[in-house]
Amino acid sequence: MKLGLAIDLDTCVGCHACATACKQWNTSGTIGPLTDENPYGKDPDGAWLNRIRTYEVDASPHSKTVNMPLSCMHCEDAACVTVCPTGASYKRTEDGIVLIDQDRCMGCNLCAWACPYGAREIDPGSGTMKKCTLCVDRIYDQNLPEDERQPACVITCPTKSRVFGDYDDPESDVSKLNRERGGKQLMPELGYNPVNTYLPPRNPAQRPQGGRMLGKVKQIVNRIIKR
Amino acid sequence: MPNASELPQFEDHAKQEHKYTTCYMCACRCGIKVTLEDDKIRFIQGNPNHPVNKGVLCAKGNSGIMKQLSPAKLNQPLLRKPGSERGAAEFEEISWDRALDILTERLAKIRATDPKQLAYFTGRDQMQALTGLWASQFGTINWAAHGGFCSVNMAAAGLYTMGHAFWEFGDPDWDNTKYFMMFGVAEDHASNPIKLGLKKLKERGAKFVAVNPVRTGYQAIADEWLAIKPGTDGIFAMAMIHVLLRDGQIDDEFLIRYTNAPQLVVNTPGQVGDGLLWRDSEGQTQVYDQLTDGFVPANAIDVAPALLGDYNTPDGTPVRTAFSLLYDKYMDAQYSPEEAAKECGIDAETIERMALEMAHVAFQESITVDVEWTDWAGRKQSQFIGRPVSMHAMRGISAHSNGFQTCRALHILQALLGTIDCPGGHLAKPPFPKHIVPPIKPAKGNAPNTPLESAPLGFPTCPEDLVIDEAGQARRIDKAYSWDAPVAAHGLMHMVISNAVAGDPYPIDTLMLFMANMAWNSSMNTAETMDMLRAKDEQGNYKIPFIVTCDAFNSETVAFSDLVLPDTTYLERYDTISMLDRPISEPDAACDSIRSPVIAPDRDVRSWQEVMVEVGSRLKFPAFTNEAGERKYTGYKDFIVNFERAPGVGFLAGWRGENGDQHLRGAPNPKQWEAYEANECFFEHKLDLNQRYFRHANLDYLSLAKDAAWVGSTDQIVIELYSETMQRFRLAGQGLYDGPMPTEERHKERLTTYFDPLPFYYRPLEQQPEDTAEYPFFAVNQRPMFMYHSWDSQNAWLRQIMSQNYLYMQRERALELGIEDFAWAWLESRSGKIRVQVKHMEGVNADTVWTWNAIGKQAGAWGLSEDANEAKQGFLMNHLINELLPARTSAERMTNSDPITGQAAWYDLKVKIYPAAAGEEGSWPQFAPLKPLPGLKMSPRQQGYSSHKNVNLKRTWTDVLGNK
Repeated sequence: MKLGLAIDLDTCVGCHACATACKQWNTSGTIGPLTDENPYGKDPDGAWLNRIRTYEVDASPHSKTVNMPLSCMHCEDAACVTVCPTGASYKRTEDGIVLIDQDRCMGCNLCAWACPYGAREIDPGSGTMKKCTLCVDRIYDQNLPEDERQPACVITCPTKSRVFGDYDDPESDVSKLNRERGGKQLMPELGYNPVNTYLPPRNPAQRPQGGRMLGKVKQIVNRIIKR
Repeated sequence: MPNASELPQFEDHAKQEHKYTTCYMCACRCGIKVTLEDDKIRFIQGNPNHPVNKGVLCAKGNSGIMKQLSPAKLNQPLLRKPGSERGAAEFEEISWDRALDILTERLAKIRATDPKQLAYFTGRDQMQALTGLWASQFGTINWAAHGGFCSVNMAAAGLYTMGHAFWEFGDPDWDNTKYFMMFGVAEDHASNPIKLGLKKLKERGAKFVAVNPVRTGYQAIADEWLAIKPGTDGIFAMAMIHVLLRDGQIDDEFLIRYTNAPQLVVNTPGQVGDGLLWRDSEGQTQVYDQLTDGFVPANAIDVAPALLGDYNTPDGTPVRTAFSLLYDKYMDAQYSPEEAAKECGIDAETIERMALEMAHVAFQESITVDVEWTDWAGRKQSQFIGRPVSMHAMRGISAHSNGFQTCRALHILQALLGTIDCPGGHLAKPPFPKHIVPPIKPAKGNAPNTPLESAPLGFPTCPEDLVIDEAGQARRIDKAYSWDAPVAAHGLMHMVISNAVAGDPYPIDTLMLFMANMAWNSSMNTAETMDMLRAKDEQGNYKIPFIVTCDAFNSETVAFSDLVLPDTTYLERYDTISMLDRPISEPDAACDSIRSPVIAPDRDVRSWQEVMVEVGSRLKFPAFTNEAGERKYTGYKDFIVNFERAPGVGFLAGWRGENGDQHLRGAPNPKQWEAYEANECFFEHKLDLNQRYFRHANLDYLSLAKDAAWVGSTDQIVIELYSETMQRFRLAGQGLYDGPMPTEERHKERLTTYFDPLPFYYRPLEQQPEDTAEYPFFAVNQRPMFMYHSWDSQNAWLRQIMSQNYLYMQRERALELGIEDFAWAWLESRSGKIRVQVKHMEGVNADTVWTWNAIGKQAGAWGLSEDANEAKQGFLMNHLINELLPARTSAERMTNSDPITGQAAWYDLKVKIYPAAAGEEGSWPQFAPLKPLPGLKMSPRQQGYSSHKNVNLKRTWTDVLGNK
């Protein structure tokens, strides 16, 4: 299996629901707690596994605003795993999820430098590295209702812009969307072969105009129309 | 899938439990499912079965744990220490018994003497049916909620035109619309429902046009973004009306059958009665029937009314159809796309294209729903015809002093396209539509120890309905329903403190606030508002003698209170989201819901719901006591079950009747709360397909609505393109009304100018003086999605997303003014100046600057440290907005509001901007940090929340060996 996300940039409004759902689930999950520093003070910051960046493309007045959720891409050839000196970072053989063994991580930060997607963050409490687990403790938890066995970010997304599935299965939702919408890997030129894909904004069609063509108002409005 | 035995037990589900309740962090009121373990919250998620959010949940809802953990939660009632000053936050902790004794004693005295000495105003609460009932039972006319500074222009324009409205009373038909135009919706109102809807639109290839000066949030995914100048949406809409009329792209069948467009208007300029609808001797409005060539009652069936025409009545009175007036008005060159383009910044070609694209969808891409339904006259119809164009508008329209007329123009645009409550159009949500206008008149006066004769808020239709005294002066403290703001359907909360301190129209004794941060971001002119709250008379007494605040958290306003009553959080209380109030219905279903506690409070707090019932019982309100004067209800839950507004009609519509088997209407059910809890805390009554459209003229629906007491009759609800109500007030201004008329020139001028029975465009009042050159930029603000409408905590997770707001402006314009990215600059209006940090952007109207609202906080409030970014770099634009318009005479205090509805004109602001001097950094003005409240926890420097110890995944040997 090759598990991952497809993220629809045509409909992501940048609301951050996925980011806080992730924080909420995972602070009590397999790698929690996700610690916050200065939660009520200056420059509050903490460990997040998913963050939303917003960019503007082109100059006014033709600029386009793009909301870009970024989390671990679960790369097929993950640089973070390659560089990890303790073997804490690993990619699961059976489903491709990239994880960090919290018991073996020494917080050296090498993996975060190696990751071009900024998807790894040191937890200020534990001193260990944290990252997206694809909610491994949801997707495999047989005690959760079946439709809830998905990452927290996916079930909460208010514009349903996040889809989870197996890219090895050509009939999965993510594979189909990827084909139909021309999904893109992020920075494929770096060669890490990220699994997650981004669906680009659709190009709206030109719209026809007018067409009632009954004539001028003065001629049409006193048609005999029964009340 | 891996063998389950290889996986650890991630969660101990055996010790977890699931409870359902309703979110409270904004006005969407989504259903949530809360997982608990060891009395801690494991997870809050959207309820998939809930009609509002259908399983999804926003960033706020997902951060509920941090709200519950906030160190700013109030613990115990607080009393300002004798001798300490307001704002100093010197309090002693007192018991609830003492707090309630103090409050009851004071209120009893007020109620027995002059009940209007209590001003009771609530913020963004969701229980106005209860607080409004409480106020009328107390007998004070001085009650309102936050609608007056939020969206009354939308609500009033909708209710006065089509009987429902944008936002809570209606929704686009997300499943069928093919073209959606959204005006002035920041990132809010609504949250999850709009997001779910936009996804549906984009998947279907429907077109989404966003009209907004700023391209963030929803506008980011619009197919077309129109960077309009703030406050000019009205002329944009009227220019589109011009194009539709010019090209004959109108739904004449819809206008004739469902609107007052063919009705005859008296055309006698300068005479009493001019502009009113012409009525026969029985008071019935008339149309001209083309089949019989004569006048017939407007509600006659099988007649063929003329849309255009000038006639003379049998007694010689000249009359015109309302449509003739409408046609002439908008065909005038001032509403041509070319003229509109000069004002609104959208080019003429685009205006024209927008109108004609919508017309194409309405008339060439119509849809039908084939189902037999019964029209208002009892005739069977075989289908609903849908014009699949829809619109939505919010604060970018409403928070301007021309917002009422602008919003009415949007409704006229909808009516011309025939797209009101049809498949694919803008749909009403039960209990709407109502008859136009809803038959509730605002209470006019009060007497000691006596409930009001009607609700404090209502819908005036003529000068006789105003709440003014014999001399024509306002009776309400906020001057709602006075000549200043005759149709102030939600009151003017933003004027209460200013008016009370000025003693205009009179001083009050007690100001009671619930969930309203009036000492900070909910007031215009914040610094001076703080001074007003501290202002004393010559004897050294506070000008507002007693201020009571109920809140769950330590807001900036707590410090200015004399008595603080700590509320529960949303996860700790029983509550109702009632159809008598602001319903959560969907277009195809009548819905209401409850909150049921999922966690027990660890503090000495009481829900405001319980306190209302308790105080009402102690004060012996008739609704809360029996004939012997004994309390009738043991508490809030008992009250909700047993109180009936009319026979069979209570706060909750589901599971009524003694056995809980009746819905919408029925006798009280003692097990009603349990029935809601068993149904995940909501009730949903689906409408049959034949009841879902054209409900203004659908007998199948209107019969149900009458049975449920949503409407008083099954008469057709005739959409009022032409507003006779407006004309009555205008005649009063012109001295031509047969009834109360204003005596002051300024009022005559306002009524004559603004109360046009057909919408017209005018520049917002603040922008009319000739200082446009001095203050060249429009200045607006919006809430970010992850904080939209969330007034009651500075959430530890959400503030990591944003703890400082910038002033955003277009990059090129900023550089022209010598303002670099991230530079500090002064922003100045006629009322004052503030220092802000500027951030360049591209997606903004070049003449507009804007910021995120209510990010700026006072240090010490909300558990924030003295050096929190919100206090040091964040800022409020409120300091630049005055609650009063520039005075033309020294005595004049005219509110900075819509002259029709009194809606606070937050977005009318004009400013100039210039670089700050070298070394001038940090936001200004700064306020001293608030002292910690007694009993409040210290905010942690680090926190890592977990409901259980993390469970490490077991690694397979291949994973271990394969990697290192």
